[in-house]
Amino acid sequence: MSIVKVNNLSKSYGKTEALKDISFEVKPGELFGFIGPDGAGKTTLLRILTSLIIPDKGTAEVLGYDVVKDYRKIRSSVGYMPGRFSLYQDLSVEENLKFFATIFGTTLEENYNLIKNIYIYLEPFKKRKAGKLSGGMKQKLALCCALIHKPDLLILDEPTTGVDPVSRDEFWEMLGGLKAEGITTVVSTPYMDEAKLCDRVALIQKGNILDIDKPSELIKRNYRKMYAIKSDNMYGLIKSLNEFENIDSVNIFGEYIHFTFNEGDENMDALKKYLSEKGITEIEYKEIKPDIEDIFIELMRK
Amino acid sequence: MNMEKIIDAENLTKKFGNFIAVNDVTFQVGQGEIFGFLGANGAGKTTAIKMLCGLLTPTGGKATVAGFDVFKETEKIKNNIGYMSQRFSLYEDLTVAENLEFYGGVYGLRKNIIKDKTDYFLKLLNMEEERNKLLKSLPLGWKQKLAFLTAIIHEPKIVFLDEPTGGVDPVMRRQFWTLIYKAAEEGTTVFVTTHYMDEAEYCGRISMMVDGKIAALDTPTKLKEKFNASTMHEVFVKIARG
Repeated sequence: MSIVKVNNLSKSYGKTEALKDISFEVKPGELFGFIGPDGAGKTTLLRILTSLIIPDKGTAEVLGYDVVKDYRKIRSSVGYMPGRFSLYQDLSVEENLKFFATIFGTTLEENYNLIKNIYIYLEPFKKRKAGKLSGGMKQKLALCCALIHKPDLLILDEPTTGVDPVSRDEFWEMLGGLKAEGITTVVSTPYMDEAKLCDRVALIQKGNILDIDKPSELIKRNYRKMYAIKSDNMYGLIKSLNEFENIDSVNIFGEYIHFTFNEGDENMDALKKYLSEKGITEIEYKEIKPDIEDIFIELMRK
Repeated sequence: MNMEKIIDAENLTKKFGNFIAVNDVTFQVGQGEIFGFLGANGAGKTTAIKMLCGLLTPTGGKATVAGFDVFKETEKIKNNIGYMSQRFSLYEDLTVAENLEFYGGVYGLRKNIIKDKTDYFLKLLNMEEERNKLLKSLPLGWKQKLAFLTAIIHEPKIVFLDEPTGGVDPVMRRQFWTLIYKAAEEGTTVFVTTHYMDEAEYCGRISMMVDGKIAALDTPTKLKEKFNASTMHEVFVKIARG
């Protein structure tokens, strides 16, 4: 059985096509990521899965329930963390948790085991109003509230956006912990480097799924020979690489620039000669394995 | 530092009641530098930026920005810096050209200069055909690039970018950084905050704030050596976790 099963789903807002005929499945126990920039359609998709908006075309089943007909069942069995912080700012940490537990007909104590590892970060601040928490703490509280009724599926819309790298790491460790508990999670993120933390990912852009698979498989499938290069004059190097005729793609990646030659037209010696004519001599380069962001850029170009 | 100091902060401090948001911070930023200003949420970055932009009076210490005092010359600071945040403030119901005209006018530029700048910017962004389109009809990444150029239309000595690339696709993010490199090469100082650690690598120097203090400040290469890390992400985690 699939936990989520989506067939040919489309949704438009006026002339804007937010989702264009997308299909995918999520299996039990998976940590499944939707990776893509703003405007890709991530939020629209997750809102359809949580029954908050109705698709124009296609079908979606969540936990075996139809998102349009059986919306009540979906709402009581899914844990949802929306992109915008949606807890009660004027209630304390503890009060928010109790409130969400009560709504779902349970208690904080009943499912405490599930949230224990996350709640330990919050416990010192349990009397503090939610509105006064830092970004990382708000996000942890929102996750606890989404988990309080022991949902069969967790749906998280950009939980790590705008959060610093340390809190992001902690958050993903928590998702790993929940996976070990057997919880299925669908999570969206604009951060490409988070793809490798998912079991499978869908790369999504402008309402289309560009590709969908295990991160390691995505890289293999779209593999092209790629180099990383750097020099002390990075801006000059970028400009020169872009002007060199045998080069296909040039993208800055941290301290290096990643580039590929045109298919069948690899000539490192000619490139070095050309760069030195441009006055760029102190270069350091190496062949590298592309990562998900390289693959995403490559798929966007197609 | 032998180049001109565009930011010169000494023992800069800001307290809110008993809480010390920025605690005795000293650093300089030179002309044409791309300076990355990193830190965890709540470390004091926003408070520090507000003081440097003349929006918040410090409690103690001293600082000049573009040569002007952050205590006494805040209006001059505002005229001589550029600022862009993730919620950049272009007008959705104005056209591309009207937005540039508006901001040029706010900074007191003459009409012919604004027109020349508009021509130049649109050519640079390859957006000449979008000149008379409403801003709201453009994709996010284009708006962000336009917002950056708008922030430097009055040729400030320094531009502050507060998480400028949040949410844009990987290609647009890189095009944005190419614009930043170009501005720096032409002598504009760029002061940037980001949560993308690969972008931290694009900076000439990085400062890392922890609990109101600057816990580390150096080039990305030296920071990685010092903290025995292979990426800036690792450096960040090591410093922030103490």
